Amino acid sequence: MGSWLARSRNIQYLLKRNICFFDKTHSLLHANSSYKTLPPYETPHGFCASVLSFRRSESTMAGKQAQADDDDGNQSIEFPGGRVGFTTEMDFISEVTDKRVPCYRLLDDDGFLISGTTFEQPDRETAARMYESMLSLQIMDTIFYEAQRQGRLSFYLTSTGEEAINIATAAALSPDDIILPQYREPGILLWRGFSMEEFASQCFGTKDGRGKGRQMPVHYGSNSHNFFTVSSPIATQLPQAAGVAYSLKMDGKEACAVAFTGDGGTSEGDFHAGMNFAAVMEAPVLFICRNNGWAISTPISQQFRSDGVVVKGQAYGIRSIRVDGNDALAVYSAIRAAREMVVREQKPVLVEALTYRVGHHSTSDDSTKYRSVSEIEQWRSTGNPMTRFRNWVLANGWWTDEHETELRGTIRKQVLKAIQVAEKTHKPPLEDLFSDVYDKTPSNLQEQEKSLRETINKYKQDFPADVPL
Amino acid sequence: MLGILRQRVAAKFNYALNFEQGIGSVALRAFSSSANKMTVRDAINSALDEEMSADPKVFMMGEEVGEYQGAYKITKGLLDKYGPQRVVDTPITEAGFTGIGVGAAYHGLRPVVEFMTFNFSMQAIDHIINSAAKSNYMSSGQISVPIVFRGPNGAASGVGAQHSQCFAAWFGSCPGLKVLVPYSAEDARGLLKAAIRDPDPVVFLENELLYGESFPVSAETLDSSFCVPIGKAKIEREGKDVTIVAYSKMVGFSLQAADILAKEGINAEVINLRSIRPLDRSTINTSVRKTNRIVTVEEGFPQHGVGAEICATVVEDSFEYLDAPVERIAGADVPTPYAANIERMAFPQVEDIVRAAKRACYRSR
Repeated sequence: MGSWLARSRNIQYLLKRNICFFDKTHSLLHANSSYKTLPPYETPHGFCASVLSFRRSESTMAGKQAQADDDDGNQSIEFPGGRVGFTTEMDFISEVTDKRVPCYRLLDDDGFLISGTTFEQPDRETAARMYESMLSLQIMDTIFYEAQRQGRLSFYLTSTGEEAINIATAAALSPDDIILPQYREPGILLWRGFSMEEFASQCFGTKDGRGKGRQMPVHYGSNSHNFFTVSSPIATQLPQAAGVAYSLKMDGKEACAVAFTGDGGTSEGDFHAGMNFAAVMEAPVLFICRNNGWAISTPISQQFRSDGVVVKGQAYGIRSIRVDGNDALAVYSAIRAAREMVVREQKPVLVEALTYRVGHHSTSDDSTKYRSVSEIEQWRSTGNPMTRFRNWVLANGWWTDEHETELRGTIRKQVLKAIQVAEKTHKPPLEDLFSDVYDKTPSNLQEQEKSLRETINKYKQDFPADVPL
Repeated sequence: MLGILRQRVAAKFNYALNFEQGIGSVALRAFSSSANKMTVRDAINSALDEEMSADPKVFMMGEEVGEYQGAYKITKGLLDKYGPQRVVDTPITEAGFTGIGVGAAYHGLRPVVEFMTFNFSMQAIDHIINSAAKSNYMSSGQISVPIVFRGPNGAASGVGAQHSQCFAAWFGSCPGLKVLVPYSAEDARGLLKAAIRDPDPVVFLENELLYGESFPVSAETLDSSFCVPIGKAKIEREGKDVTIVAYSKMVGFSLQAADILAKEGINAEVINLRSIRPLDRSTINTSVRKTNRIVTVEEGFPQHGVGAEICATVVEDSFEYLDAPVERIAGADVPTPYAANIERMAFPQVEDIVRAAKRACYRSR
């Protein structure tokens, strides 16, 4: 354990040096105190007779307080797992709470700063880049979605309504942090420099780019951007993130693993396994849950009965926070703080970002079948993450409408061109059917490839002419 | 050094369990890992020890592998030697620790994940198949998964349906995985070392009843750089009349059957597969072309089993050489029962192999 403590001291020193966007007026290095200044976690109120007895059962939940209360041995009992205070009042912890865990936000619905808070804000350059990236993401989504509708792409899914989560998170992390996405986080790749051409290559399955046409669209992956390839089964990335984090910890790296999931993903067994295990192993994982209200057609009320996802953190012994996912500033601030805690303290943190999935689940879905158009339109207009952040950067004098109009045009052209090029680019050659199954292609696959080539040569008319051999 | 011997197994299941290849029936010696003999348990333990010593990226994970010294004492002494960061006792969540192992492998560590038995790997099968097996391909070579999944597979004795299934055919059908099935101590050592060094995900199917069995080992086997090539079967006994192909514990049964057949003038060739995927079709077919008759033996369920694949490959590649239909011996097509008498009926016995070989030899009459 000694070597880990020494490393965490080094991390603190190195963090001080390496953070570029650090606002020196607000010290986040004393994160222990800063998380206490955030609204404290409200314990659930039970339907019990006396406040006093409730307080005692409250104290049984926070282990450290129990030890302080019970100085004489009569008040507590030693069980496996630790000392626990007891009560003669039978109080059930209520399953419902009068007051839900409050949500951290900095901008109001119109994008004006809510006064009275200190927070770490992005500098001018970062903020402008953030807004520009949100714009790029939105335009990319719109055009690719249209392309699918026109039959030029087989599949696509958008991040509409979740631009703030995508970009603000990416901006708040270090490029060394390893991302294990679900599938609605392409904005992170965008921020890290993945080009429109590369997005298009993957979606169209061309020979260019790094995808080799292996996966369906939006299943991006790039080692050089520290973004692990998207894997369709839900929530499998959660325990895997704990494994990546364990590896980072063994290497002594000042970086963390960042795992995303939606609200639906928290129902998977892997959510439980990943969270529990990360806590037990003290793995530096930042779990980010995009609670956007819908898992395809399953609304929150059918997904879980808890107060969202943030309350589950405490159940695993994981520090957690709920943040307004449509407030780019709050997301940036919260993720900065959370990431620092994870890396410095080498333990997991959970961030629940509340938002709304404005788009359909994917191009295979028509969400008007299970929710009202008015609900969708309301979220598209009120509290829209793009509008709110835009008003903030405009108010700071860091953005202008003219710049936006010009930029929209430029990005649109860029995306359209990328699609046009990708559509005409050749698909991967035949050898990519058989490579990468194993590290080295085994003899049976080499034989199969040889046999297939012979068959194609012999029966050319049975095979498409435009597939490179 | 003997480890835990299952006396009740020896009594109930097969009286000739201690039979060793090429040597007459010998009682187990008190010091089984003398220079020329080693139990499978010690073989696996020593392989793990040496690989962990050679490469700091190798680490072990599983239930009871640390403090308890391993549910079957396979990982005995490793916690003391390498510490809790490299021998990790996990909570009871196969999905959890398999997922963690896969994630750690994604980032360059080399985990060895133990399943208490492969029956419990079913709770983690998504991570094994959809993540470990397919990631290198889906990521177009960006994410390799140098992970080893190991543990006992197949029937033990008197443990019922959920502790007795053989998963060789299940994992063997999945591209992206390598599937190994050691029989002897030499197999266990060489194949496990090769598996840990391999950049691809490997499923290493051991057998609980073989753990306590002793096998002769050469000096070469005991060397720390010893490796057995993956994908190559071993001819345990040469013959010319009929080929018997088996893996894991059934190799021992097949060798006993071969001895019985020899007394009746049938000279059987026994092939120890060692590797289910990749399957050594070349060795199998060469042997069939020599003997013209083949019997496959496995503990697993018959439908879509390993024997079915062997039959297909022989029919595809050596059809003209067959003088008799392929004989397939497999476990009964039922969830394994508990009671000793019907459990015995659910798995192949030496006599079944003998009868099948005879059928293959006299079928043409």
